Amino acid sequence: MIKNISNLGDAALYCDFGNEVNKSINSQVIKYFKTIKEKKYKGINNLTPSYNKLIISYDLKKTNFKEVKNYIENINAEDSIDVNSKRLEIPVCCHGNFSIDIKRLEEILKLSREKILENFLNKEYFCYMTGFIAGMPFLGDLDENLRAQRLETPRVKVPKGSVALTEQFANIYTFESPGGWNILGNTPLDVFDSSKEDKPNLINPGDTVVFKEITLDQYINYNEQ
Amino acid sequence: MSNNYLDIIRPGINTTFQDKGRDHLYHIGIPFSGAMDNRNYLIANKLVNNNLDSAVIEFAYQGPHIKYSGEKINCAITGDVIFSIKKKDTEIEGKCYESYEIENGDEINIISTNKSVYGYLALGGEFDLKFQWNSCSVNTKANIGSNDGKKLDVGQRINLKKINSNKDIKKTNYINTKIENIRVIKGTNFDYFSGEGKKIFYEKEFTVSKFSDRMGMRLEGHKIDNIVNTNIKSEGLIKGVIQVPADGNPIIMLSDHGTIGGYPKIGVVASVDYDRLVQMSPGSKIKFKEINLSDAETLFKLYEMETQNLLSQI
Repeated sequence: MIKNISNLGDAALYCDFGNEVNKSINSQVIKYFKTIKEKKYKGINNLTPSYNKLIISYDLKKTNFKEVKNYIENINAEDSIDVNSKRLEIPVCCHGNFSIDIKRLEEILKLSREKILENFLNKEYFCYMTGFIAGMPFLGDLDENLRAQRLETPRVKVPKGSVALTEQFANIYTFESPGGWNILGNTPLDVFDSSKEDKPNLINPGDTVVFKEITLDQYINYNEQ
Repeated sequence: MSNNYLDIIRPGINTTFQDKGRDHLYHIGIPFSGAMDNRNYLIANKLVNNNLDSAVIEFAYQGPHIKYSGEKINCAITGDVIFSIKKKDTEIEGKCYESYEIENGDEINIISTNKSVYGYLALGGEFDLKFQWNSCSVNTKANIGSNDGKKLDVGQRINLKKINSNKDIKKTNYINTKIENIRVIKGTNFDYFSGEGKKIFYEKEFTVSKFSDRMGMRLEGHKIDNIVNTNIKSEGLIKGVIQVPADGNPIIMLSDHGTIGGYPKIGVVASVDYDRLVQMSPGSKIKFKEINLSDAETLFKLYEMETQNLLSQI
């Protein structure tokens, strides 16, 4: 349930679902997101679900805070649509060329490379949200033993496809971008494809993701199969 | 092939196609984009008898130098821009907010914006562009939109697929007013900052840093002290949000912003001042003034009425 609604500037509603990050709160956020998206209320032009917040932006020429707030308060998201989610296997290559931050992770986590991969691969992760850059999924929760802080100075360029960790989350850099997460591997899969206007994102909030290791050869041949 | 086209002799530093932008995509990580200064974008289209949501060429600082080939067409430039139009025998100094008829072989040379950032070039017709999600606005970071999501490049040819039959010459006396303060609404993490930090935010002048672009405007000069936490759990952003990262220097989210961010939000720029905010060039001084939500809504309504009024007089 939404605990509090306030304004974010003069053209957005800030819906607060709580402070914790967990699947149950996030599922509530996603439920509201999907319900409101279906209804296409006049003036609402964007919805941004995240771990425990939902930002609803609107066109100030068409509506205002009071109207949208009133509308949201009277929405029944609970019995609306099912959270329609899927389970995806993502191939990841953790060969030395790709696991750029493995040394750093070994030091911080005090675990061997093998142990890090064992704790990371073949586990189910929940997609809390997508964004920052187009299609980037925020996946969680990582094993307690894998939680590391961001790099102190973010990289100017993180390679496309990088699979990276920070705190209890993993993500995938959908294209080359600046970033400060710890890079563990790389996927040959296109996680964001702007030519597919209907479904540009492979992974969507509510989906479950499992990382499956592939070898360097499999990685190289992946897109030729 | 089209018989009416532009050749790019010099692209300028950050020249892109923009229109009204694209919505309903924040949840997958795609920002609004679109023309940064919406009012000047609309006026440019109106001056050349276009639909108001047509694509224009947006440039920042140094603009493009282009050569036109084809049948007669109108063009207009808005903003605070220094440019010239070179015809067969003469070269005329261009004036913003007036349309000009150009013909085969004429050149438009946009030298620079003057104490501002963005300018707009509209042609009376329709560029032949690819639309993505109902908009041809270019987002160079995600390579989304027309022109493969890239800036204009030297030597490029841009085709027009239509030329307006209405070739009436238009003119308006609009002047880009400067404002003393940028008005802001308190952000959702306002109380993360120290009493002194809050005071600095509203009382001191900040300087626009040169590390500013269509994604964000970085400010420097005074640091705002955080007393709670320099990170929040990542959540949605909108344009105009002012985030303060650990180093204490505010960053204002602009039209191509990342859709999610994890820094505390001290304030949000009121919609009424967005067009003027984006025109503040590096080195400009910014002072914030707090207003409440209902004043912000009223001020925007007035600003919008003024825009409509301006357009109806063209």
